[in-house]
Amino acid sequence: MMPDQALHLTSPTPDTTAKIAARLGRSLGAGDVILLSGPVGAGKSHFARALIQSRLAALGRHEDVPSPTYTIVQSYDLDGLELWHADLYRLGDASECDELGLIDAFDSAVCLVEWPDRLGALTPKDALHLTLSVQGEARDLRFEARSPRWQARLTEALQP
Amino acid sequence: MPHPTDDSWTVLGLESSCDDTAAAVLRGTGGGAVILSNIVLGQTELHAAFGGVVPEIAARAHAEKLDLAVEAALESADVTLEQIDAIAVTAGPGLIGGVMAGVMLAKGLAAATGKPMIGVNHLAGHALTPRLTDGVGFPYLMLLVSGGHCQFLQVVGPEDFTRLGGTIDDAPGEAFDKVAKLLGLGQPGGPLVEAEARKGDAKRFSLPRPLLDRPGCDMSFSGLKTAVLRLRDTLVADQGGLHAQDRADICASFQAAMADVLAEKTRRALAQTQAPVLAVAGGVAANQVLRAALEQVAAAAGARFLAPPLKLCTDNAAMIAWAGLERLRMGARDDMSLAARPRWPLDQTASPMLGSGKKGAKA
Repeated sequence: MMPDQALHLTSPTPDTTAKIAARLGRSLGAGDVILLSGPVGAGKSHFARALIQSRLAALGRHEDVPSPTYTIVQSYDLDGLELWHADLYRLGDASECDELGLIDAFDSAVCLVEWPDRLGALTPKDALHLTLSVQGEARDLRFEARSPRWQARLTEALQP
Repeated sequence: MPHPTDDSWTVLGLESSCDDTAAAVLRGTGGGAVILSNIVLGQTELHAAFGGVVPEIAARAHAEKLDLAVEAALESADVTLEQIDAIAVTAGPGLIGGVMAGVMLAKGLAAATGKPMIGVNHLAGHALTPRLTDGVGFPYLMLLVSGGHCQFLQVVGPEDFTRLGGTIDDAPGEAFDKVAKLLGLGQPGGPLVEAEARKGDAKRFSLPRPLLDRPGCDMSFSGLKTAVLRLRDTLVADQGGLHAQDRADICASFQAAMADVLAEKTRRALAQTQAPVLAVAGGVAANQVLRAALEQVAAAAGARFLAPPLKLCTDNAAMIAWAGLERLRMGARDDMSLAARPRWPLDQTASPMLGSGKKGAKA
């Protein structure tokens, strides 16, 4: 992918990553898809959990956000707006994403998707790609997007 | 011909909410039941027969496999469909395609045979299994560790469960799988990490015991996995690689941390409930170190320790038939309005108030 926007930063601690996730999460609405890539332990679930819990907290709610590795999809109701947290690690091919209802959810819900390489040709074109990598205690966060819908939001979220 | 009382009913159970597709036949007797057949069409068979993949997502494939499983279960139990008195089916929680396939088949069978049908919560199936295998009375404490689940349940009745706490992120089985992956051990991680740990020194590395310092029965294992990753990377950077002994020592240290957390949280759950029995379901009981730690905690609390055979702790339909029979004996019946519920918290009372992780496909 040749991104129109790419932003790169290093987050020194899990707390900093959580704050970035929460700031980015504030503006997410139906049709927004974030694809989270990176090896086991890079912090994909941590980022998704922080984002989801901040949105729930804004509604005065606290819920655990269990890992979706085994369940594949965990969904949350943000007072009428659905949020899907998916982990495609165990899926065999892209057709199964359709069976899960994930492709429909890309339009109707907020979607946070781990191991999005399984999507193949079904990868939504205007999704935000976040790639995490391990730098000791710190994490490198690389955001890439083609759609202009992300530009202002990313800039705001990544303000120090 | 007089109809048998529901105590001695023959129940067909259907389970397709997770990776496997299963059917079982069970016959009630003297308040308990005997398992006449227990068929699980696992991923291997699926792969061979249909060239499918893991896990099974498609409702259609689940439906095809369910038909085969029911046929096999009836044949193996040596009963005909006409001899079945009731049909029990997992109505959730789980992946929607599989749950729907099961519920639709149950409705079809109920309509065709005129027999009653009952919807069962998959987690209730796990939680009630100690009553099927060991005739345990209520109440008892259940540590339910299956697939992505890990929770403490006080089991008070066939429809009465109180959730005391659970993992707030990864389940133990998942942590074992991911640690195995981080250390290049292959899958499934549980037995492989345990085997490595046997060769290792559990005291060489000090790994965190997440949430141990906080009150309550909640657990967290994601940070433990990250600590293993950091330890691995540090060793690789310092020595230019990971020696076999390092790997064994990491596994032993990881397993010791897991045992400490599970044991301490179980101790608290036992103290809180004063339960006379601790039942442990799932892979945790198959790990000798974890099992020993839990047995010790139960003994210290004066509680009986109980771990049903692994075959009845992994996903199966005998537990669904049993949980169905328990509900049927209470007079419960479901009709054609029975819905597939991807989300279905066992502890309905705690969910709006505490909302602790009961959302989502399987929680």
